[in-house]
Amino acid sequence: MPNAFEATGEITLFGLRALRELFRPPYETAQIRRQLAEVGSKSLPLVVACGFALGAVLTLHTRRSLVTFGAAAWIPTIQALSFFLEIGPLVTGLLVAGRVGSGIGAVLSNMRATEQIDAIEALSIDSFKFLVVPRIVACTVALPLLTIFLDFSGLAGGFVSEYAASQLSPRLYMSRSFAAFKWSNFYPPTLKTAVFGFIIGTISAFLGYTTNEGARGVGRAATQSVVLSSLIIILIDVLLIKFIFFIFPETAL
Amino acid sequence: MTVGDGRSIGFQNVSKSFGAKQVLRDVSFQIREGEALCILGRSGTGKSVTLKLLMSLLKPDHGQIWIEEDDVTQLDGAQLSRVRRKMGFLFQDAALFDSFTLYENLALPLSRLTAKPQREIDDVIDRVLESVGLAGDKSKLPSELSGGMRKRAGLARALVLEPRILLADEPSSGLDRITASEIDELLLRQKHEHKCTLIVVTHDVRGARRLADRLLVLDHGRLIADGPIREVERSTDEVVRHLLSE
Repeated sequence: MPNAFEATGEITLFGLRALRELFRPPYETAQIRRQLAEVGSKSLPLVVACGFALGAVLTLHTRRSLVTFGAAAWIPTIQALSFFLEIGPLVTGLLVAGRVGSGIGAVLSNMRATEQIDAIEALSIDSFKFLVVPRIVACTVALPLLTIFLDFSGLAGGFVSEYAASQLSPRLYMSRSFAAFKWSNFYPPTLKTAVFGFIIGTISAFLGYTTNEGARGVGRAATQSVVLSSLIIILIDVLLIKFIFFIFPETAL
Repeated sequence: MTVGDGRSIGFQNVSKSFGAKQVLRDVSFQIREGEALCILGRSGTGKSVTLKLLMSLLKPDHGQIWIEEDDVTQLDGAQLSRVRRKMGFLFQDAALFDSFTLYENLALPLSRLTAKPQREIDDVIDRVLESVGLAGDKSKLPSELSGGMRKRAGLARALVLEPRILLADEPSSGLDRITASEIDELLLRQKHEHKCTLIVVTHDVRGARRLADRLLVLDHGRLIADGPIREVERSTDEVVRHLLSE
């Protein structure tokens, strides 16, 4: 148990150090752009495909029950609220934890094992600023954007599924989707994924950057990055939802 | 010559351990400016640790480490960067950044640590790559280079900031004899043409005889021989005689 507390403290300090270094020159804009492409663009196909499939499946599951109760017109509304409030943010977080978190853990631990991090330090370059900060920033910025893509691809998947069953027009589907929608259903859940991104980046970078076990550490860092990031995201999600309900009480209804 | 006189490099009573394992025990030595020192010893006797301590990639448990006028054990941040700028490090497996091309590996320190315009950076890279025989390979990734080419590329990166002190960790390991002697030639050229101070960790006694003005032999973390090659060759220590018997 003391180890868990110790690790939590170390990861927290690691994240705080990244925040502090972010605002100190030299600013790693080139590296941040590079990592944004790695985290954002390369995750996009996975996120869109997953959102589309989830949207189609969710409609298939809910349609029968709603039709039974004469509430078929609510299908688009339920679809939109489900995706924007919870499915989009959480699934995007978990997908990125799997794809990017493991990558960050593996890359940094491999760089440690092959002395590339020592080589960066030997060149008088701050390896923490150069390697860690851009990855955490990229995860934090990319997550909300990827979430929006997953939300809308989920709606698209839902529409295709609904259209196959009822030939509902796209225009009517969209208007019903956002009929009961408020901005507070969009901003807070989408922005909370920036916290998920920060957590994924920090945990994965911490595990990769601080490992010192050679080749064995590479696999361990990759696996632990995914497991720990996913677990913490799910736990933090509960707290953030309570926080959002407190700040925006209307979303709790 | 004394440690900390501003013109030499040295260890003063340096000890280093990793957990229960003591790697260096109260080691002291000095290197004059422009001198070539080879560190010999069995595996696991603290040779590479000695280089990493000089570069401040590790901190000693006790003792002082002088790079010219600075005790690097007392430095951090910008002061440490200033001292490291005087030094180049050739890592055992070259430690090239594997997602960067050879050009990017060399351009990184130049673009970040100097105010050179892009054109001048390109000129420096072309010149350094030509000097190590890799002029036509700058767009290649490290994974596309052979072992010998990677070593030369690592040396090119270590030289790109024109260091006064060059540290090399087993520059000939994993290489055939001809390629190893080519690397030795490149190191010697740095010493003679650029007056570089060379500190080379090696298992290659033949290479050490070619490169070194002085030999330093470590065993079980202790310094068991330190002096010019001819003097060390006369040592009666069994380990030293065995190491130099090749």
